[in-house]
Amino acid sequence: MAAGTGSGSTVSAIFSPVRFWLLLPSWVVIGFFLLVPVLLMLTYSFLTKEFRGGVIWEFSLASYDQFLFDRGLFGDEAPVIKWTYINIFIRSILQAFGATIFCLLIGFPTAYFIATRPIQSRTIWLFLITVPYWVNLLIRTVSMKFLIRDSGPLNELLLYIGLIDAPLHVINTNFAVQLGLFYSYLPFMVLPIYASVERYNFTFSEVASDLYASKVTILWEVILPVVKPGIIAGSILVFVPSLGAFLAPDLLGGAKTFMIGSLIEDQFKGNAGNWPFGAAASMILLSLVLVVLMFYVRAQNKDQT
Amino acid sequence: MDRTFDIKHYRGFFSITCLCLVILYGPLIIVMIYSFNDSVSITNWGGISLRWYVEIFTGLESAKFKAAAWNSFSIAIMAAIVSTVIATAAAIGMIRGGNFKGKFASFALISLPIMVPEIVTAVATLIFFSTIGFKLGTLSILVAHTVFCIPFAYLPISARLQGIDASYEEAAQDLFANRWKTFRYVLMPIMWPGIVAGFLLAFIISLDDFIITNFIKGAGIETLPTAIFGSVKQGIKPNIMALSTLLLLFSIALVTLSYFIGKRGEANQNTQQ
Repeated sequence: MAAGTGSGSTVSAIFSPVRFWLLLPSWVVIGFFLLVPVLLMLTYSFLTKEFRGGVIWEFSLASYDQFLFDRGLFGDEAPVIKWTYINIFIRSILQAFGATIFCLLIGFPTAYFIATRPIQSRTIWLFLITVPYWVNLLIRTVSMKFLIRDSGPLNELLLYIGLIDAPLHVINTNFAVQLGLFYSYLPFMVLPIYASVERYNFTFSEVASDLYASKVTILWEVILPVVKPGIIAGSILVFVPSLGAFLAPDLLGGAKTFMIGSLIEDQFKGNAGNWPFGAAASMILLSLVLVVLMFYVRAQNKDQT
Repeated sequence: MDRTFDIKHYRGFFSITCLCLVILYGPLIIVMIYSFNDSVSITNWGGISLRWYVEIFTGLESAKFKAAAWNSFSIAIMAAIVSTVIATAAAIGMIRGGNFKGKFASFALISLPIMVPEIVTAVATLIFFSTIGFKLGTLSILVAHTVFCIPFAYLPISARLQGIDASYEEAAQDLFANRWKTFRYVLMPIMWPGIVAGFLLAFIISLDDFIITNFIKGAGIETLPTAIFGSVKQGIKPNIMALSTLLLLFSIALVTLSYFIGKRGEANQNTQQ
């Protein structure tokens, strides 16, 4: 191997004889403490519940049945589709989708603006966007709650400047949860889009402009198709954690804004205390996420070929 | 030159960027300001004071906060050390181990803790510990955090390693350095900024984690985030805002440190090449 060919072009293999021993710790730790637990959770979702948490080791489809059907108070009536839990999932998907759209609307122009700055100032802008991500999510959600509560600074300000006559009631609504999700994961949208726009060759824009394309047309027809992988990556990075979010719906929402995360938490920490059902809900959430990720991998492969 | 700039530039994008920063920082800055509020009420402004900061260390709940801080920091340091060691070994195996069967599977396994939604990780870990009869407490939190931190330490370390030209190590091998010496005296001095950045990120991730910790902490054990959550459930109190401000500033300081270490590493790397 010629020296200085760059690390990308050749695969260095100096440590390949000890590769197994280098990788073993990560395999063992993640395999034993995460992969095995996930498989065990899958098993749990097919077991019978015991009162006060825990399980009886007997095969049962009760958890999935409880998720989908209503069989009356004594469980002997004909099954009717039950919307309670399905609605919670639909609401979570819609909330996550809404948060993704909001993040895209603010995140794309921001990422584009940063990527078109001179190189020296780009790192500073990027740093400013990244810092909030590393601040505790709980503290950020609490800050949002503090800001938007009925007697909070935002309402006080709006009242003071006379924009509203009575405090806006935002907290405990679907909109508050939406805002919380948007606020939580906004940096995730900016970073991958920034990476795509930075690689975009602006000669394309010039050529399009020479052909009398308007700036809006250039943005839609030239730039957007090229930076699409970044937009998809950012959308997934916002959508996936929003789907299973717990803090935003719990702290900013109320009983009517229950999302998957709250439903699952309730089975283990809250009053419901139904472990197999919680495991089943977690499995359904995990499957949804895997479907989204598979869609992402396929979209990426398509772009590369 | 002027024309290129014009084509790149879209009107309103600068304003949206400013809006984005206001949204990201606004709520944090407002909580910081109100943490210096002298009033018992969180709504009315009663002048500037440090009373709530004093309250954290001497007030009624100070013992609880001290215990929580001790748990948080000791768990974060240990989880970060262990996960950084595991991630460094894995990064060398992946980036410098040649092509091998199962490389993708190995990468997927290492990134699994990021892919799986946090609440699912929390549920799975709780079920696992309770099935094997592992006592819930500090040790169970430490194990779960270590697993969760591995990919966060792995990403900066492997990115750093990818940027290092393999010719240094090859030169060392030509001079009959064994693998350990090649790592210790050649690779390590060049890749340490990546390792430090990975360690700091793992540390913050562990320190900040709420969801997993909340599930598996067991009775009577609190970390700072679970203590803050428990308190906030009964309403936001001024001392919690002071505590949050301290934690927030600590995280920002660590991220800034990690940023400058990374910068310095980049500069070194450029002069070396």
